[in-house]
Amino acid sequence: MSIINNINKLFDHRIRLGIMSVLMVNEFADFNMLKELLGATDGNLASHTKALEKAEYILVEKQFIGRKPNTRYSATKLGKAEFKKHIEALEKLIKKT
Amino acid sequence: MSNEDYLKDISEIKNLMNKSSRFISLSGLSGILAGIYALIGAAIAYYLVMNYSDGTLFIFHGWVFWTCMAVLLMIAVLSAITGIILTTRKAKKNNEKIWDITSRRLLFNFLIPLIVGGLYCMIILNQGRYGQTGGLMLIFYGLALVSASKYSIGDIKYLGYIQIILGLIASYYPGYGFWLWVAGFGIMHIVYGTWMHFKYDTK
Repeated sequence: MSIINNINKLFDHRIRLGIMSVLMVNEFADFNMLKELLGATDGNLASHTKALEKAEYILVEKQFIGRKPNTRYSATKLGKAEFKKHIEALEKLIKKT
Repeated sequence: MSNEDYLKDISEIKNLMNKSSRFISLSGLSGILAGIYALIGAAIAYYLVMNYSDGTLFIFHGWVFWTCMAVLLMIAVLSAITGIILTTRKAKKNNEKIWDITSRRLLFNFLIPLIVGGLYCMIILNQGRYGQTGGLMLIFYGLALVSASKYSIGDIKYLGYIQIILGLIASYYPGYGFWLWVAGFGIMHIVYGTWMHFKYDTK
């Protein structure tokens, strides 16, 4: 199997890679936490979370904390597995050269 | 993408994982000061027991006992206040929030073993088994550090291991409990705080 196969196109962007990194080590992260950590704008972050949601790599839950709407994200099993594969592929690529 | 881009990706991933899950602004200096408070407190207790009690280090009664308890409480309160002030200062410098999900998680995981240990020590003291408290304090404090280390600078787990080992030795030789307490809470804090200070704070 070629290593290139394991490089996931969906993770080929700084923000999406960042979202997954945060969700690998945190059970949940809400929108504001991600925004602060990644230094992204609302619209930018929303479009990237949507892409990851569509691929079923992350789970989106909308809820209310008091009266404030709150959106929190978590990584799915599939998302975690794909992310691990992606990292391993990256490591192999670096070692190879 | 070039090799350099991949490397940058990996370091970015590592950085984000740490930043989102660990509170790293603990101050080494506060460790040094906590150690100094512990040594001063131990010296006061030692003086009192030697001069106003029957000379044994672990059987207290009357006002000497209560003064020693008060000294112990003072050490804990002073260390906590120093820790909070210096950590807040460092967090500001690091642009890290002092009260967010990472610091809350750190505090929670640190306090559970610590509070359980504190209550257990009080129960043991109440039963008059004074010899065991030095060791128990070391053991529970060590466990608190190991549990907190997952949410902060990983290095503090080694300090935790050392405290646990000292605590177990103290449980086996209760006669040395006082000196092991001095070694763990006093000297180890100073050594460790100094090491952390030069490793993380002077950059």
